Amino acid sequence: MSAVIENHHDEHDHGPAKGITRWLYTTNHKDIGTLYLWFSFAMFLIGGAMAMVIRAELFQPGMQIVEPEFYNQMITLHGLIMIFGGVMPAFVGLANWLVPMMIGAPDMALPRMNNLSFWILPFAFFILLSSLFMEGGAPNFGWTFYAPLSTTYAPPSVTFFIFSVHIMGASSIMGAINVVVTIMNMRAPGVTLMKMPLFVWSWLITAYLLIAVMPVLAGAVTMMLMDIHFGTSFFNAAGGGDPVLFQHIFWFFGHPEVYIMILPAFGIVSHIIETFSRKQLFGYSSMVWAMLSIAILSFVVWAHHMFTVGLPLAAEIFFMWATMLIAVPTGVKVFNWVATMFRGSLTFETPMLFAVAFVVLFTIGGLSGLMLAIVPADFQYHDTYFVVAHFHYVLVPGAIFSIMAAVYYWIPKWSGNMYDERLGKLHFWLSFVGVNVTFFPQHFIGLAGMPRRYPDYALIFADWNMVSSVGAFLFGFSQLLFLFIVIKTVMGGKKATDQVWEGAKGLEWTVASPAPYHTFSTPPKID
Amino acid sequence: MLLNLFNKTKRNIFLLALFLLVSPFMHADWFALNMTRGSTDISNEVFELHMLIFWICVAIGVVVFSVMFYSMWAHTKEKNPVPAKFHENHKLEIAWTIIPFLILIAMAVPASKTLVKIYDDEAGDINIQVTGYQWKWQYRYLEDDVSFFSNLSTDLDEIYNLVPKGENYLQEVDEMVVIPAGKKVRFLITANDVIHSWWLPAFAIKQDAIPGFVNTAWTIVDEPGIYRGKCTELCGKNHGFMPIVVKVVEQDEYDDWVFTKKQEAIKLAELTTKEWTTAELIERGESIYEVNCVACHQTSGQGITGIFPALAGSDIVMNNKDRNIEILMEGVQGAAMNSFSYLSEVELAAVITYTRQSWGNAEKGDGEIVIPKDIVDYKEPKI
Repeated sequence: MSAVIENHHDEHDHGPAKGITRWLYTTNHKDIGTLYLWFSFAMFLIGGAMAMVIRAELFQPGMQIVEPEFYNQMITLHGLIMIFGGVMPAFVGLANWLVPMMIGAPDMALPRMNNLSFWILPFAFFILLSSLFMEGGAPNFGWTFYAPLSTTYAPPSVTFFIFSVHIMGASSIMGAINVVVTIMNMRAPGVTLMKMPLFVWSWLITAYLLIAVMPVLAGAVTMMLMDIHFGTSFFNAAGGGDPVLFQHIFWFFGHPEVYIMILPAFGIVSHIIETFSRKQLFGYSSMVWAMLSIAILSFVVWAHHMFTVGLPLAAEIFFMWATMLIAVPTGVKVFNWVATMFRGSLTFETPMLFAVAFVVLFTIGGLSGLMLAIVPADFQYHDTYFVVAHFHYVLVPGAIFSIMAAVYYWIPKWSGNMYDERLGKLHFWLSFVGVNVTFFPQHFIGLAGMPRRYPDYALIFADWNMVSSVGAFLFGFSQLLFLFIVIKTVMGGKKATDQVWEGAKGLEWTVASPAPYHTFSTPPKID
Repeated sequence: MLLNLFNKTKRNIFLLALFLLVSPFMHADWFALNMTRGSTDISNEVFELHMLIFWICVAIGVVVFSVMFYSMWAHTKEKNPVPAKFHENHKLEIAWTIIPFLILIAMAVPASKTLVKIYDDEAGDINIQVTGYQWKWQYRYLEDDVSFFSNLSTDLDEIYNLVPKGENYLQEVDEMVVIPAGKKVRFLITANDVIHSWWLPAFAIKQDAIPGFVNTAWTIVDEPGIYRGKCTELCGKNHGFMPIVVKVVEQDEYDDWVFTKKQEAIKLAELTTKEWTTAELIERGESIYEVNCVACHQTSGQGITGIFPALAGSDIVMNNKDRNIEILMEGVQGAAMNSFSYLSEVELAAVITYTRQSWGNAEKGDGEIVIPKDIVDYKEPKI
């Protein structure tokens, strides 16, 4: 009882606790956002190191530095870590920091669950990474873990992989519920749905997608667990099961999942382009409708990942047309960004450079996606490096560039300090060149006929693979510069103003920089 | 004189430098940029479709990016300090929704037409069952009772950079699929263990080989020649090492080939009744081991700890002949070890004998050999 009384006196201005317990027990959305962001950065570097191993092996034909068995473990972990450890937690971190401030709420609606959903993540990835040291090695069946390669033929560590995916799923579902409840209940008076900043909108939609599909993933891995340990035959043809069923379930999760990784990016880029164009976003409501249509369509296109499994003709045609339809709302978004810039008053600070690069390179990834939707052509593209080029274009200069843009854009608000503009631009240009040198030649390699997930290749692919590897090393090592810039900014630097950017609009820019530990304890007034 | 010599050296160095600089670009592989034109009507149609959508995408990109780049150039804060105020324009928004929609239809219609052609599922003149195994392909000619496995024939030394790589590095096999020119050949594609995918770019065929399913694909190739393809679904450790090679020949050459294959099968059957010596079995077994077993159990018989059990020093291999045969015939439930009952009696006897006699197993165990008759006996119905 006495403890309660003792703590009572600093109710009005209690800042963060001191020491490690601040981070372990925190229920503060800003602290949790920070934890998520640093965690995802760590995962980004680990997953990136694995990409370096992959590109080093592919630098020349022949097996040089790793064995095919270990190569497969690298591609699997690279994919899983970048998706579930890199991109998704980074977006959750941004949501934690920004959603309450953007809607004028004091914190997330469910702060203790917020703490829990973060703190189970390190365990999930500890389990996943520890499988590298287990007998038989880490999961080696690709991030898509198709059965029966991931069941009957998997190394024993697959059980730990399943447990790890369950924890990641639980974390994502809790995070998503928190976002939905916060947005639905805690908007300041006057912040109607159609007045919400686009980042909030993008996260509201993303959160619903997460709640819809993460349980499907959990179902898929549970069925795998049953097949492996409890004698069922969901995916085992010899026992009357169906290996294709796995792919249907997986991609019913997997396709919305890829939009989970891009919708928040749409939100971020919309804000940044609006700010640095010093002009109102061209079509707010059409942006919202476009995101909603993309989200809804994402549930009826999953089989475009499976055009070669032997679907009936009618299914192939349906999924081809449905997939192509997504190009319409996606086009609307791109046109909107361009129209927003048009006759604006543009400046190109680092966040804007990343955002502009996002629009261009994401569009290239979108166009190659459109090509992949054409079934007869997909018979030639499917599972080649063309696909690798496509999804890395939408995920690296897409999702990851948007995260970097967001960090440069909001870090003055988070830390109170401006980042070093000169270094930021250097980081941008190194990343921009690196990413294109890495992934553009992969279009060539794929069209010329190199399948993905190959540790070794025919001589005709040697030249462009070497170029791609050089680009990857450039991109990879440039990210250490990013780490340096972030640390430097957090440690000190030119003080940021409250508004930070000349053209910035929104509630988060009305509070002090750095944002106080508690913001909007009383709801702001919205005009 | 001295000056001349110097100039000459200098010139030579210059020429050498120029050559070194340019030579990588004279290498044809820098031009491996695009899908290659196909060798069949269908694959040509697919190529045309690919080029059509490619150029449409390029055109869209050029239009969108030029507006954007123009804006980045013309509407900077310096040149345009006061931003325009416009936003939302229903006519424009309807236009940029409808026009892409029409472009998509223009792409989807020819694509659907081609797809309908590809999906013609009539039986072929020749029907070949293709079965994916970890990590090789089996081909069974359904009409002719010809059956064989096709394994990568690239030497391990090439893969591990001990000797220079040959022209068809990783794209060569010990036995090619042979089909006649101008005939409709249908492939019935399935798998024995995990999912594989049978891809032959020149025919625009890519069909997943899935255990428990039979997918079909067909082709008519007019031009005799050798066509190379690959496995395109991650199927484990040696996914990158199970190529596909199809040899298209004229009809009479094809008939000869079928005849030879049948003769070989008869000869192989005769071998079953032959008296075998241990040395003969070991010699034959070694080559079978290298093709079928080495990927998992390794040349040393040590396997890979935790995934693939060692054969060297294994109690079953050393002391339990019956169980040894049973494992080869039935596989191990729930593990990566599949049934190898598709090998001939001679091959099975030889490979089992090889493992029982190698790596010191003979000295440490019972040292017994297995002869083809043992396998025949195993196959006899048990009462």
